[in-house]
Amino acid sequence: MSQESISISDGGATESLKSRPRSVWASPLRRREAFDGIVFIMPWFLGLIIFILGPFAAGFYYSLTEYDSLLPPQWLGLQNYQRILVGDDRFWVAVYNTVWYVMAAVAPQVILGLLLAILLNQKARGITVFRTVFFMPSIVPIVASVSLFIFILHDRFGLLNETLYQVFGIVGPNWLTSPDWSKPSLVLWSLWGIGGGMIIYLAGLQGIPETLYEAAAIDGAGALRSFWKITVPMISPTILFVLIMGIIGSFQIFTPVFLLGGTNYGQAASGPMDSLLFWVVFIYNQGFFYFRMGYASALAWLLFLLLVILTLIQFRLAGRWVYYEDEATNR
Amino acid sequence: MLNIYLGRFEGKSRKVAQAALVYLLLLGLGFLFAMPLVWLLSTSLKSNEQVGMWPPVWIPYPFVWQNFFVAWTSGNFGLYFFNTTLITVLATVGQLLTASMAAFGFARLRFPGREFLFAVLLATLMLPFVVTMIPTFILFKYLGWLNSFKPLIVPSYFGGGAFFIFLLRQFFKTLPTEMFEQATIDGASNYRIYFQILLPLSKPALSTVAIFGFMQHWNDFLGPLIYLSSPEKFTLALGLRQFIQRTEVRYQEMMAMALLMTLPVLLVFFFFQQYFIRGVVMTGIKG
Repeated sequence: MSQESISISDGGATESLKSRPRSVWASPLRRREAFDGIVFIMPWFLGLIIFILGPFAAGFYYSLTEYDSLLPPQWLGLQNYQRILVGDDRFWVAVYNTVWYVMAAVAPQVILGLLLAILLNQKARGITVFRTVFFMPSIVPIVASVSLFIFILHDRFGLLNETLYQVFGIVGPNWLTSPDWSKPSLVLWSLWGIGGGMIIYLAGLQGIPETLYEAAAIDGAGALRSFWKITVPMISPTILFVLIMGIIGSFQIFTPVFLLGGTNYGQAASGPMDSLLFWVVFIYNQGFFYFRMGYASALAWLLFLLLVILTLIQFRLAGRWVYYEDEATNR
Repeated sequence: MLNIYLGRFEGKSRKVAQAALVYLLLLGLGFLFAMPLVWLLSTSLKSNEQVGMWPPVWIPYPFVWQNFFVAWTSGNFGLYFFNTTLITVLATVGQLLTASMAAFGFARLRFPGREFLFAVLLATLMLPFVVTMIPTFILFKYLGWLNSFKPLIVPSYFGGGAFFIFLLRQFFKTLPTEMFEQATIDGASNYRIYFQILLPLSKPALSTVAIFGFMQHWNDFLGPLIYLSSPEKFTLALGLRQFIQRTEVRYQEMMAMALLMTLPVLLVFFFFQQYFIRGVVMTGIKG
């Protein structure tokens, strides 16, 4: 470690430090350093206990109880889990909707995001303006962008259906009020924000040495071949990252679903005919609308376990397709 | 990769054709991506009649600035704006302070268990927020903090988020070690090094954290939704949601408020683009 050099550089005075046992507590200087280090990380460490590990463990305990947040929790054992998995049809509706969305939204994030980044990595005049144009939607506050999409996707006078009708003669669907179209509407909204992943890819692409492509061209490799043999392997760690984060994020999507689902329907938002009843929306409704905190905690823990398993599978599979240029220095 | 379609062109004409194709794609896709924001801006300035008109009115005439005034007063947006700003500023300050402290500890100071704790920190990056959401709510309920700004501010003073600590630590590690050694030899305490050497040298990285913290709190919806119940405590996100929930929506007013909420974010983006991109890029490097 680079900090090791703290004890050299001024000759005799610190020589004695080096020769002493390596224990942290050996010298006053090291003792002070260790003490200060602990002081500096203390706010984070307390936060870790109070706001992460504590709630994490408490959540598991609540998931084994019936708890309305007023009366003390009543022990149930695994009954919540049992009820969710075999006794609650709406849970499976939520799973279906969520998985539907994850599959429909993550694939474009990973694939179209990369293709878009390749397009924006071209050397063309004004390319930075285009990068800005594609990136900007991904930073618009979600409530604002969902408001905008609610307007654009309006059945009768939304811009999309108007254009479909007036230009192409197609009568557009009831995007937000039809159970068949509410999830596609959501995917459409998520496509608009694809620029976030694009920027990450772009940084990865710019890290690929130009010489690789030049060498490949000299060897007679075509563009498609260099894409598969150079671009994809070199950028595969970024692809893995976008994939894992995309899946974790999409499984937990809440705000846009909740806002779209609550547009016209009751207080516990779930969209037309439960078509926007997503996993986290279900957790929210159970916990904060019906105050079934134990049941909601069990739902959250099931999602957590699923995400852990999915992430582990991806890391396991990653060995087959992710290429690390320098295994030794990669941390 | 675009070359593949252009195999039959040779030399210069091939280059021209390739550039043309690139521009065609950029313009076509760029139009689709830019259109919603242009529509947002344009609608916010329309009169009621122009809102649903075909062909679409892109440049309203006259500009109906009144939309902003009507929308602003209809929902007490002045107060929402103030609340959102207050929460955002206080929370971001906390993140900057405690995240940089933790990052300094992890990057520069040796203490027992450091590597283990840093591994724990990295692991929490992947922890889904839903798994702590309900117990955290119960904790704040127990503390009597519901319907106050405290649940939205106080946690930021406890480390400010694993990602920011990671980002700052990576930056601190790039600073030359000799400088810190020299300061130590000259008798400066670690606290002095932190305030007088580290922080002033880390303005770019701190700016990135400030911008991301600002975005995080300014855009937050779930936090205010769970913790704030009385309208005088609402943030912009909750205020805007009231428009979505209305049965009779005047879209030009809804768009006006959506634009007002978006504008600060876009301004920050335009003025601090380099820090912004750096932060996004950092998210990709950690993989």
